[in-house]
Amino acid sequence: MELERFQYDNKIVRNFAIASIVFGLIGMLVGLYAALEMVFPSLNLGIPYTTFGRIRPLHTNAVIFAFVGNGIFTGVYYSLQRLCKTRMYSDVLSSIHFWGWQLIILAAAISLPLGFTTGKEYAELEWPIDIAITLIWVVFGVNMFGTILTRRVQHLYVAIWFYIATFVTVAVLHIVNSVEIPVTLFKSYSWYAGVQDALVQWWYGHNAVAFFLTTPYLGLMYYFIPKAANRPVYSYRLSIIHFWALIFLYIWAGPHHLLYTALPDWAQSLGTVFSLMLIAPSWGGMINGLLTLRGAWDKVREDVVLKFMVVAITAYGMSTFEGPMLSLKNVNAIGHFTDWIVGHVHIGALGWNGMLTFGMLYWLFPRIYGKPLFSKKLANFHFWISTLGIMFYAIPLYIAGLTQFEMWRDFTEDGLLRYPNFLETVTQLVPMYALRSVGGALYLVGFIVMIYNLVKTALAGKLIAEESAEAAPLAKIQHAKYAGEGWHRWIERRPMQMLVLSLVVILIGGVIEMIPTFLVKENIPTIASVQPYTALELQGRDIYLREGCYTCHSQMIRPFRFETERYGEYSKAGEFVYDHPFQWGSKRTGPDLQREGGKYPNSWHYNHMYDPTSMSPGSLMPPYPWLIDDDLDTSTTAAKIEAMQTMGVPYPAGYASVANLDLSKQANEIAKDLLASGIETSPDKEIIAMIAYLQRLGIDIKGQNKVIFTKPTASK
Amino acid sequence: MKFINYLKTIAGVDIFPMISLFIFFLFFMGLIWYVFSSDRREMDALKNIPLETEE
Repeated sequence: MELERFQYDNKIVRNFAIASIVFGLIGMLVGLYAALEMVFPSLNLGIPYTTFGRIRPLHTNAVIFAFVGNGIFTGVYYSLQRLCKTRMYSDVLSSIHFWGWQLIILAAAISLPLGFTTGKEYAELEWPIDIAITLIWVVFGVNMFGTILTRRVQHLYVAIWFYIATFVTVAVLHIVNSVEIPVTLFKSYSWYAGVQDALVQWWYGHNAVAFFLTTPYLGLMYYFIPKAANRPVYSYRLSIIHFWALIFLYIWAGPHHLLYTALPDWAQSLGTVFSLMLIAPSWGGMINGLLTLRGAWDKVREDVVLKFMVVAITAYGMSTFEGPMLSLKNVNAIGHFTDWIVGHVHIGALGWNGMLTFGMLYWLFPRIYGKPLFSKKLANFHFWISTLGIMFYAIPLYIAGLTQFEMWRDFTEDGLLRYPNFLETVTQLVPMYALRSVGGALYLVGFIVMIYNLVKTALAGKLIAEESAEAAPLAKIQHAKYAGEGWHRWIERRPMQMLVLSLVVILIGGVIEMIPTFLVKENIPTIASVQPYTALELQGRDIYLREGCYTCHSQMIRPFRFETERYGEYSKAGEFVYDHPFQWGSKRTGPDLQREGGKYPNSWHYNHMYDPTSMSPGSLMPPYPWLIDDDLDTSTTAAKIEAMQTMGVPYPAGYASVANLDLSKQANEIAKDLLASGIETSPDKEIIAMIAYLQRLGIDIKGQNKVIFTKPTASK
Repeated sequence: MKFINYLKTIAGVDIFPMISLFIFFLFFMGLIWYVFSSDRREMDALKNIPLETEE
């Protein structure tokens, strides 16, 4: 048969690679900055845009969606063309995908520091950006499937299954978790409330790890490790089991982020069981990757690409062992809300994603620029300094996590908390935070060395934008099974069936966990004394969201004596029914706030927000002077109340029209109370709303809330 | 209207999770059986796909 000639598109690969590098640099710089703020809180320079609560989401979004995201597309666009022996389906779609994705990142980089956020971890971007992500993701999908459908090989190699599962699952996760009701152009409320919102959010959050940080990178592993080592993957059988078991089991594991919370117990147990089972496919994948190098370990000593990849797979193995262990309730009780978790995720991010990306880039650049790598020495230096950086990053945080837990739960012989002041448990950790910053800085230095090395390589060569290749045209792909053929071989050449089957497989877990939580009333027992927030409190809550308070404060008291002793009554599912979105948080750099209401006078909060160290000497919390200066925007009150009503929050009919009257009344009372304490302030400042919200937290079940909603007059 | 109402309109919705769990148990049994009974040469051919073209 005559061979067809065609060209691989390397330009799009190069573009995504550059984007990954540029945004990786920015994301890591922001990360280092945020880390240093935990040592030197004044580093935010006293302005809102650089305050920890706003730039922490910027860091996570930049690293996950910009650095790793563009890394995924680099690898997929390179490997998919070769595995399918065809050019990408459409250059136009490739280009739309590339620029669209970069615009989304730009929008995120601008909107997050400005405080436009949904307040849901790892899904902070507001609704217009959510829609843009959906559209661009579809463009990516069409381009990918177009390529697969016009391929010149019968069978889809295992890497492509992982790409397909990634595409379909990320689409499902993103859409389900982003169901929100827009209030203004830059403000929306999550459609779900409280426990349900928490379940959906962590189903999303956990599976963003699974299907954005793991499955696409496993696909890359299955392609680039055999390429770099020049030997086939260890076991194709194992890869089949690895794939199906991984995508099926992963989707169930989300509730392990909510152990000992107000989530129904059965859902927590399901999360634990499936997380434990996940060790099997995860380690199956790790073994498959590592054993690909069997008999070639001498190459690992020579080849820096393989070094990076070996450390990446090892880090994958470590974090996928640690994950299930942390899903055991007794271990989770220790790690949850502490820095241990931050250490754990960075083994994954810096080790698995980072190192695999670096290995891939060092392999790719010489090939697409047609020149050997500028300096092997520098690449080796990068390898060692980043490996060291990971250690310096993670180990101090493990120590910090365990220290903090031990201090939280320590009782004196008289049965009193040994460290009743939360602050003591934080100031203790500052040296560890400093060491962690050193680790991050080392890693960043290595990254900059890589940039220099790759730029020199690129400048020495010239981009082979159109790489010629030839392959025999594919006779029509047979749809039916060949005689005696296994069903898996059949599905390996049927991309659409692969897509549908993957979709069904990943829907199972989500459906089983979510439907009962939404359906069965007993799962969220209502509490009669729990009432909706007042208009002022609602506005205050939105400021709490805007400032990203949830990045350091939880609102979830677990049923442990050392928690109830410190914070008060443990949290009940019924307390959160009006929380759109939930604000349980996942990390306590500061204390839990769920029972904050009534704990301190209004004046304490005023002074504390103005300068936290005046009330809590040594506090790591940044000051929020702008809350004291800025006027509260009450023009949105009516729209916010109406949005809440649409979602079933029982404000009186027509309340939106009079909500601001109640708001002013409550604000005046707080201002008057502050005045009595010698603080003169206008009632229309943001700080008043913030105080109102903080003072409301957790008091409903004590029967202390005195919420009366003004009934709108009949004429309205 | 809360999201929950749409789910409630599905009659007997709670049976679906059980059915699907059962289907997927069978699916994985079948998968394991298939993988272990598959032909070695065929597997070797498949795993060499990425190495076939040399740049």
